[in-house]
Amino acid sequence: MSEKLLSIDDLHVAFSTRRGMVEAVRGVTLSVEAGEMLGLVGESGSGKSVTGFATTRLLDAAGRVTGGKILFRGQDVTKLRGDDLRHLQGAAMSMIFQNPRAALNPIRAIGLQIADAILTHKRISKEAARAEALDLLRAVQIRDPETRVNAYPHELSGGMCQRVMIAIAISCNPALLIADEPTTGLDVTTQKVVMDLLADIAAARGMATVLITHDLGLAARYCRRIAVMERGRIVEEASPRTLFSAPQHAYTKRLVAASPTATSRIGDLVTEEERENYAAVISRPRHEPAYGTPPLLEVRKLAKRFDQGAAAVADFSMTMAGGEGVGLVGESGSGKSTTSRMICRLIDPSEGDIVFDGQSIGHVAARDFHRSPLRKDIQMVFQDPNESLNPRFTAFDCIAHPLMRLDGMRAGDALRQRVEECAERVGLPLDLLPRFPHQLSGGQKARVGIARAIACRPRLLVLDEPTAALDVSVQAVVLQLLDRLRRENDIALLFVSHDLNVVRMLCDRTIVLRNGGIVEQGESRALFDNPKTDYTRKLVEAIPHIETGPALAAGL
Amino acid sequence: MTGLAATMVRAGRRLLSSLPALFGVLVFTFLLMRVLPGDPAVFFASGPNAGKEEIEQIRKQMGLDKSVPEQLVFYLSDIGRGNLGRSMMTGQPVLKDLRERLPASLELTFTALLIALIAAVPLGVVAALRPGSIVDHGVRLFCALGVCVPTFVSGLLLIYVFYYLLGLAPDPTGRIDVFTSQPPQRTGFLSIDFLLVGDVEGWWAACKQLILPAVSMALFVIAPLARITRASMLVSLGSDFVRTARSVGLSWRKVVVTYALRNAILPVITIAGIVFSTMLGANVLVEKVFSWPGVASYALDALLSSDYAPVQGFVLLMASVFVLVNLLVDICYGIADPRVSIG
Repeated sequence: MSEKLLSIDDLHVAFSTRRGMVEAVRGVTLSVEAGEMLGLVGESGSGKSVTGFATTRLLDAAGRVTGGKILFRGQDVTKLRGDDLRHLQGAAMSMIFQNPRAALNPIRAIGLQIADAILTHKRISKEAARAEALDLLRAVQIRDPETRVNAYPHELSGGMCQRVMIAIAISCNPALLIADEPTTGLDVTTQKVVMDLLADIAAARGMATVLITHDLGLAARYCRRIAVMERGRIVEEASPRTLFSAPQHAYTKRLVAASPTATSRIGDLVTEEERENYAAVISRPRHEPAYGTPPLLEVRKLAKRFDQGAAAVADFSMTMAGGEGVGLVGESGSGKSTTSRMICRLIDPSEGDIVFDGQSIGHVAARDFHRSPLRKDIQMVFQDPNESLNPRFTAFDCIAHPLMRLDGMRAGDALRQRVEECAERVGLPLDLLPRFPHQLSGGQKARVGIARAIACRPRLLVLDEPTAALDVSVQAVVLQLLDRLRRENDIALLFVSHDLNVVRMLCDRTIVLRNGGIVEQGESRALFDNPKTDYTRKLVEAIPHIETGPALAAGL
Repeated sequence: MTGLAATMVRAGRRLLSSLPALFGVLVFTFLLMRVLPGDPAVFFASGPNAGKEEIEQIRKQMGLDKSVPEQLVFYLSDIGRGNLGRSMMTGQPVLKDLRERLPASLELTFTALLIALIAAVPLGVVAALRPGSIVDHGVRLFCALGVCVPTFVSGLLLIYVFYYLLGLAPDPTGRIDVFTSQPPQRTGFLSIDFLLVGDVEGWWAACKQLILPAVSMALFVIAPLARITRASMLVSLGSDFVRTARSVGLSWRKVVVTYALRNAILPVITIAGIVFSTMLGANVLVEKVFSWPGVASYALDALLSSDYAPVQGFVLLMASVFVLVNLLVDICYGIADPRVSIG
């Protein structure tokens, strides 16, 4: 057994809030060996990030270590003060963060920011620090480092920013790197590149890494050992294989089940016990449209240009039948959100036509479409459940609003009944209706967003990454809900997502977009099992699969 | 240098696009002056006993017998030729009056703004570093006092303490005392003009005259500047990039100054621009208390005697200064923040 680099012993962290002290970490015991990559997995609020911040001494002013020890090379980190602490930070352990663009100083050139970190711990000249910064940019594989060294964060992509952040973190060769959700918010392909880079650098420098993530698949791909956290405690710690093949703790079981894999179906996402009431729905036969029924939606040669720039979307055509699920996938910048917004008539297309139920709606100006009788037939669910709800509207108001505007309903018993009916359909407890968005959890807010969208009984629901901000267990429930709505109410779903596993489960057909054009389309399973283009193959391969059985055994 | 050239082009375009607003200000002030009660012809007649004929003659002389639209056309064509009219009060062209008095106001306002910034930014930073502490409350109290005491009261208090009680300040009678001779006018800023001719004694005399009115003006605007510094500094200190800076162990100074403050100063620049424009026009009280020969007191005197031309000239001047200052703020902002470009 090699020497422990970091050992956390019965750590407790509490935050003082308006409602008194809240314990975020309640007795975490954990150890990291030199050079090892440990996965710390849990859903939001599990205390995994707080554990990381406590270790690097970056807790907010409101947070305090209330018990336990964090031993780094035998030294208790929680007791360090002043200069001792500064010598530790950056030089011996460092951290990379979830939102790389926000984590960099927006008005300082990236080269200077890297040099700042170097100059803090080494007594060298500014020129030497700059040269080292250049070397680091090369080490994190930034193309054309000589020019990029003078760039500002806003001139770089998210993935680039995260590489710069890695460069800053490794600038003084720390022995321990804590990566807090380093690739959340990045495209799958970028995620793979950044994670591969991080793993390579860690291996080459013998740096121990703690990978904090909500993505079990990601942790399984890169870590030999995974610790699962729930509500401030570590509930299970095992190798990925054991974790997936034989999870011990009930929470781990649920988490493993909810993580979508290459083969899972929507019904698989919950544990056995919860599966029963869903089975009834799924067994019901799909309502097949009669032969010769015109398509619900037909999009012809749609294009969008912003301010004389290159086309964001060009020559996009598709059709959708009633009750069909179509996935729209692609990396950021591929034009999938723009396309979905044009179809929703929230922005105007530059060219092309949109025909909904036999009526051309492409030429109705987006700002007048709210008066169209078809507005209530096409509704949208937005990506961020926090941002897309009016903070001054209660859940009830949110759901009632479209009913009053589009269905012309007046406040009264009929409206209350409709709202409650919608809430029930999405599984939102009725006693939550008088609450404001900030009093609801992420999953509850997502339900309000969906309830609002289905309130007017639309025939087409456009969903723009509706589960991207949600924990996997919540995502599982939301996906089931959407699938049930589609089957029961015959609502067509246009599902925009970068998560191919999710699209594969929910959608009959998938359209792959790149740089505003269609690369490939076809029946979902066939498309993912047998991609015809390199681009689709790259997307599919970049998904961190949870590999069980022989594949993983071979890897070990 | 292409970046600089592009900035200049954009700045020029911005100036052009503000011309309609300036024109609107011109017409509006013109009409406003015509609506206000008071007949300038009566006011400027030789005496209370002036006959109807004399008043009528003066009115004709001033062009007030014509219809308002006609007057407006004459006025606009005069403006177009750079003629702001003649002041009945001083008997001089308005342009000359303003040119003489504007530097006095500018010098006072610049100094006041400088004092305010030097005081407000550190106060805001200190308050933000320890929110909720005694220091924070102290700064808040100081700001509250600065805002709620009117400038003429604080001006009079300063005069009472530093001139009457302590005898440190010179008597508050204008820009220099009667014993010092005026320096040759170059910039119009006395403190600079004295330095240009190497007259240190004169420079000191001008500075002594300047300090009290500038401080009493500064006291009034420290509050908004300190509050905005505190607020944006709090945001900055809580931001992810400051956490990054701390995570690599940067020194406290580097974290606070280079990372937090430089980002926090951006909104302060905007507010400082607004504060400057407001001060320049609204410091009439300070100018009156300290007998400062500035444009604001000039405009007030003109307004009280229904002297149209100086008031109209003053408003036009203020509107132009406002446009220029805003442009300057945007250019500064563009330099300080690489993410924005003015346009």
